[in-house]
Amino acid sequence: MEAVIAIAIGIMFGAGVWLILRPRSFQVITGLLLISYAVNLFIFIMGRLSINQAPLTLGEGAIDPSLYADPLPQALVLTAIVIGFATTALYLVVMIGARGLTGTDHVDGKEMDK
Amino acid sequence: MSLPWVQHLILAPVLVPLLCGALLILINERRHERKFFINIVSTVSLLVISLVLLYLSDREYWPNGIGVYLSANWAAPFGIVLLVDRLTAVMMLLTSVLAIASLVFSMSRWSRIGVHFHSLFQFLLMGINGAFLTNDLFNLFVFFEVMLAASYGLVLHGYNTRRIRAGMQYIVVNLLASFFFLIGVALIYATTGTLNMTDLAARLDLLAAEDLVLLKIGVVILALAFLTKSAMWPLGFWLPTTYSAASPPVAAMMVLMTKIGVYVLLRLWLLLFSDGPAAGFGFDLLLWGGLATLAFGTIGLLASQEPGRMAGYAAVISSGTLLAAVGYGQPELINIALFYMISSTLAVAAFLLLIELVERIRTPGAAMLALTMEAFAVDDKPDEPVGVPIPGALAFLGLAFAGCALVITGLPPLSGFVAKFGLMHTLLNPQGMSTSMVTWLLLTLIVLSGLAGIISLMRFGVRTFWATKHTTAPHLQRSEVAPITALLLLCVLLTAQAGPTVAYLERSAEPLHQPGLYIERIESAPVITQEPLGERT
Repeated sequence: MEAVIAIAIGIMFGAGVWLILRPRSFQVITGLLLISYAVNLFIFIMGRLSINQAPLTLGEGAIDPSLYADPLPQALVLTAIVIGFATTALYLVVMIGARGLTGTDHVDGKEMDK
Repeated sequence: MSLPWVQHLILAPVLVPLLCGALLILINERRHERKFFINIVSTVSLLVISLVLLYLSDREYWPNGIGVYLSANWAAPFGIVLLVDRLTAVMMLLTSVLAIASLVFSMSRWSRIGVHFHSLFQFLLMGINGAFLTNDLFNLFVFFEVMLAASYGLVLHGYNTRRIRAGMQYIVVNLLASFFFLIGVALIYATTGTLNMTDLAARLDLLAAEDLVLLKIGVVILALAFLTKSAMWPLGFWLPTTYSAASPPVAAMMVLMTKIGVYVLLRLWLLLFSDGPAAGFGFDLLLWGGLATLAFGTIGLLASQEPGRMAGYAAVISSGTLLAAVGYGQPELINIALFYMISSTLAVAAFLLLIELVERIRTPGAAMLALTMEAFAVDDKPDEPVGVPIPGALAFLGLAFAGCALVITGLPPLSGFVAKFGLMHTLLNPQGMSTSMVTWLLLTLIVLSGLAGIISLMRFGVRTFWATKHTTAPHLQRSEVAPITALLLLCVLLTAQAGPTVAYLERSAEPLHQPGLYIERIESAPVITQEPLGERT
C-alpha cells in the first residue's frame, strides 16, 4: 500500500511541477493545485498508514502507541488545506486582475516576442 | 494561581496587531485620519512592548533571559510554545521601528491609493512578530502564511500593471516555497514525532542513523522555504522586481521580511546542528550559498540603472553576507553580523523610502498610477498633498541620499563602516581556526560588494542631483521627511553606541550556541495548576 500511495503522490507532484513551468497562468494555477493535493496527502500519510485503528488518546497506564493511529497529521493537514486553499484563491484573484489589466494570460504579463 | 501580567506581554506582539487589524476593517475607507490614528497607536504600543521585553530579557527577569509562554496552558512539547529571548526582542524592536517609519511615510498619500492598507499592515506585523516568537514549526508555518498573505495584498496595494506583474511572480514563488515548508515539516514530524523546535533538538540524540538521514532531508527541504524568503541565489530572482514594483512603504517593510528567513535559519541551525549527532551539518551549504548570493547581488547592483532595483540588490547583498556569516560557523562572526543586519536593514529601508521622493525631481506628481481609485470608488483623490512643504528640499534629498549610500556601501563614518570593519576584523582574527581560502573569498566579496555599491549609487546620485538640466525642488511633506531622517539618525546613533549595541548582541547570540539552555527552559516551564471547577468555593 505504501508503494501505491508513494507513486500516486509522485505522479501528482510531477504533473504539478510540469504545469508550473508552463507559460499560461491557468496552467500554473492548476499545477499549484496538484502540488497542494500531493503535499496534503504527503502530510497525511506521514502519520503512517494504518487501517481500523483508534486514535491515540490518553488512558490509564502506559499504552503501546503502535496499536493506535496518530491523529496529529490529520489536524495538520486540515490547517494546511485551509491555508493552501485561501492562498490559491488569492492567486486566482490576482490572475484575473492580471488578465484584465495586461490583456494576456501569460505569466510575465506580456506575450513573448516571436 | 494565575500568571503574572508580565508573562502575558509575550503574547501581546501577536494579539495587539490582530485586534487592531480586525478593528480597522470596520472603519470606512474615507476616514483616513481615524484609521491612521488606530494604526499608529497599535504600532507605537508594539514598540513599547518590544522595549519592555528587551529590558526584561536583558535583566534576566526569566532565567538566562529566555521567557516561555505556554499557550492555552498545555505542557511544553505538546502545546504551542512562544519563546522570547534577547534576539527575539531586538528583532521585534527593529520591526516596530521600521513599521512606524513606513506608516508615517505612508500617511500623506500612499495609504490612500487603495483600500485596506492599514488592516493589511497590521496583519503583516502580526505575522512577522508571530514568526519571531513561536517555537513550534507548524505554528511558524501559520504565521508565515499570515505574513505572506498580508504581503501579497500589500505588494498589490494601489495596483497597476507593473505591480500586478511582479505580484504574480512573487505569489507563485512564495506559494511553492510554502509547499516545501509543509513537506519539510511533515518529514520532521514523521521522523521525530515532535514539532517543537527545542524538543526536536533534544530528541536528535535518540534518533536511529537512518532516521537522522530522513530528518536532515526534512530540514533541508524546510530550509528551502526560508532561503527563498531570504533570497539566496538561485532562489532570489523574485526580489529586485518585487521591491522596485511595490509602493515605497511596503517595500521598506519587505526589507525586514528577507531578514526573517535569515533569523529562522540562524535559530534553527544553531539549535539543531551546533552540537549533537548531526553537528556541523549544512553550514557549508549556507556559507557557499551566501557567497553566491553576495556575488549575484554585486553583479546585479552594478548592472541596475533603476533605483528600486538597486535597493533590491542591496538587500540581496545584505542577506548574502548574513547567510555566509551564519554558515561560516564562528560564534564571534554572528554577533557582528547581527549588528550588520540592523544597520543595513535601516539603511536599505530608508533608501527605498527616499527614492520615491528623489523620483519627484524628475517627474513631479506622476509617481503613481492610481487605478484602484476608480475600481473602489474612493472619491477624494489625494493628487497634490496638502500641508506645509519643507524648505531646502533638494539639500535634504542630497544629504539623505549620501547618508543612505554611506551606510549601504560601508564607508566611514556611519554604522555600515563599523559593521563591515567588524566583519573583516573577526574574519582576519579567527580564534582557534586558521584563515582559509573561503575566508579570503568572503573578504574579497564583501569588499567588492561595497565597491559595486559605491559605483552604482554614485552613478545614480551624479545623474540625479548634478547632471539633470532642470531640477525643480519637489514638494516634500514633513511626514515624508521625518521617517527617513529618523532612520538615518538611528544609524548615526548605532555608530555612536556601537560598543554597547554589539555587547548586547553578543549577549543575545551567546545562548543560541547552547541548545541545552533552551531545552532546559522549555522542559521546566511550569503549567498553571488550578483546582477542578466543581471543588472551588
